[in-house]
Amino acid sequence: MVKQMRKHETRVITGNACAAYAVRLCRPDVVALYPITPQSEVVEQLTRFKADGLLDAEMIEVEGENSAMNAVTAACVAGGRVFTATASYGLAFMYDAMMQTAGFRAPVVMVNVNREIPGIHAVSAGQQDLISVRDIGWLQIIVEDDQEIIDAIIQAYRLAEDYEIQLPVMINYDGYYLSFSAEAVKIPMIEDVDEYLSILKKQPQRLKLEPGKSMGAGSHGLLQTYTELRYKHMAAMERAKAKFDAIDKEYGDFFGRYYGGQIEEYRTDDAEIILVTSGSATGTAKTVVDAVRENGQKVGLVKIRMYRPFPRERLTKVLQDRKAIGVLDRSVGFGWNCGPMYQEIRALTPEIGKVPLMSFIDGLANMDITIPNIERMIRDIQAAAEGKPYQETTWVSLEE
Amino acid sequence: MKEIRIHGRGGQGAVTAARMLASAFVIEGKYVASFPMYGFERRGAPVQAFTRVDDKPIREKTQVYNPDCMVVIDPTLLKLPTLFAGLKPGGILIVNSSNFNTQADKNLQIAGVVDATKIAVEEIGRDIPNTCLLGAFAATTQWVSLDSIIKCLSEYLSGDMLQRNIRSCERGYREVKILRWQ
Amino acid sequence: MRAGISRGENIKMAMKKLTYPYESCWSNADELLLYLETGTWRTSRPKVDKEKCNYCGLCALYCPPQCMIDKGDHFEPNLEFCKGCGICARECPRKAITMVREE
Repeated sequence: MVKQMRKHETRVITGNACAAYAVRLCRPDVVALYPITPQSEVVEQLTRFKADGLLDAEMIEVEGENSAMNAVTAACVAGGRVFTATASYGLAFMYDAMMQTAGFRAPVVMVNVNREIPGIHAVSAGQQDLISVRDIGWLQIIVEDDQEIIDAIIQAYRLAEDYEIQLPVMINYDGYYLSFSAEAVKIPMIEDVDEYLSILKKQPQRLKLEPGKSMGAGSHGLLQTYTELRYKHMAAMERAKAKFDAIDKEYGDFFGRYYGGQIEEYRTDDAEIILVTSGSATGTAKTVVDAVRENGQKVGLVKIRMYRPFPRERLTKVLQDRKAIGVLDRSVGFGWNCGPMYQEIRALTPEIGKVPLMSFIDGLANMDITIPNIERMIRDIQAAAEGKPYQETTWVSLEE
Repeated sequence: MKEIRIHGRGGQGAVTAARMLASAFVIEGKYVASFPMYGFERRGAPVQAFTRVDDKPIREKTQVYNPDCMVVIDPTLLKLPTLFAGLKPGGILIVNSSNFNTQADKNLQIAGVVDATKIAVEEIGRDIPNTCLLGAFAATTQWVSLDSIIKCLSEYLSGDMLQRNIRSCERGYREVKILRWQ
Repeated sequence: MRAGISRGENIKMAMKKLTYPYESCWSNADELLLYLETGTWRTSRPKVDKEKCNYCGLCALYCPPQCMIDKGDHFEPNLEFCKGCGICARECPRKAITMVREE
């Protein structure tokens, strides 16, 4: 692997287009898509690539997302590399099919453009959709900006299809803020992506449906077998953590961009207080962290990049010995009156100690997570660090 | 960093204008981020688009609350009382109008006024005033050259449409009337 | 702000900025039908010829946001909401409705 920067193509394109460009580079065999706001451009761009002869995949025009997931799972179990994309209502519609995908250990790669879930109608950004499926056995990655969309999708195929993993991967990015946001991005050359992914060909090949062979996928799981298969699934998810760290480093060596693996630790070395974020709000939060640091305040940021499996060990390590920690959620933890990522970080208390831990809920349904909002969060965390009384959960936009 | 807020209605090319502007800045070696915010994705509904430009990577993913420059594609939007909310002191306005001439906000210092609808209908044959306003933008703000804008148009248009929009853009650059207040 | 308050009490803290009158996403159509001046979105408006209109009501039935007003012997569009889609003009069996460009 050469250390110099590989050739890239620079384009000013939206996040959705980034996803389509990245998928094209990975040469999927079968793609089944159904449009939904805010993901429709992914469908349009991939279909355009196919029409222009730039994508050599079988495009299955499905009548709904449930069929899309069923179609790609079947193709995947037959040995193909596949792709689909959805959001919100579409994610809900493919719910049973997604569970099947995970249960089959089919390495499907899917983009989920984060949009609020059904219930209160909204065509707006929010992470509730990815939260609503956190317990079905998919790997979930959440990205911060358009460039990371491209890089994470390529890494997703490397991760999903790895012989030691064989799990479906969901790449999440915020609707509107990333899906429709255009930035100048570096798109790798397809030959380089071929080379990067070629390591998968050198691994043992996974089981697949083959005509004439008696192997079948999706058998009944009874009693002890069921439990054993669940155990193996969990074990694979555990392996995915270190694997993802290694894959990200490898990607960085190859393409020149490295994101920290499961989490990114931003100015955390000497930080007294930490704000934990995910998704597009991370970019805004980093600007605030830099500004606050100018005034001498020792604040750091941790970005959760891999949400499933939960980066327990790395978070435990980075959240040690801090004076206060705040967690920003762009979703709610129903039944807990706090954010879901806060909830999971709270479970680390035995290891990180009883430190002031605060949940901030903001950014639901395209409510902007603004710079003043984040400044307020950091002020509140700082106050808690200084021993002042604090409230556990803050619904930021309701308390302005 | 400069923050630009574009106001329009669905179907007028506000979102495309924000992206074309972003592309033009990238040609000149700048970092950009541009995205729209709309409630209802349909012709006629109000839409805002934001473009940020800087010499270093832009990480904020929020709407633009304090624009350095506003671009108003639909003159009927000027009636909205909150249109100029947050405009920075010394603010610049690029407006599609045949008769705008008042300092509509205390922070408004420079206005580039051009009848982009008329020019678009004459050059393109349809009321799509965005490329004309981009030419006016280049002339009024001087933040990007007309050359870069015209170069980036070919990423979005081709053939006869491209030529028509280039003409519309050039006319916006030449025919914009620049007003200044203290 | 008080320290160590139970999670139940947190909900009370957040009750400061609640402005919507209902517990869930209901709306009272007499008062609040997502009141937006959608009339400002249109570029052409329907013009009803009272003489040609035979009060059949098809325009009102077809109008997507139901903004055809019953005037007793003919129908007229509610210009506050009419978005100018032109379906009424298209469906009128008497061709009593024409779409006129807005200025």
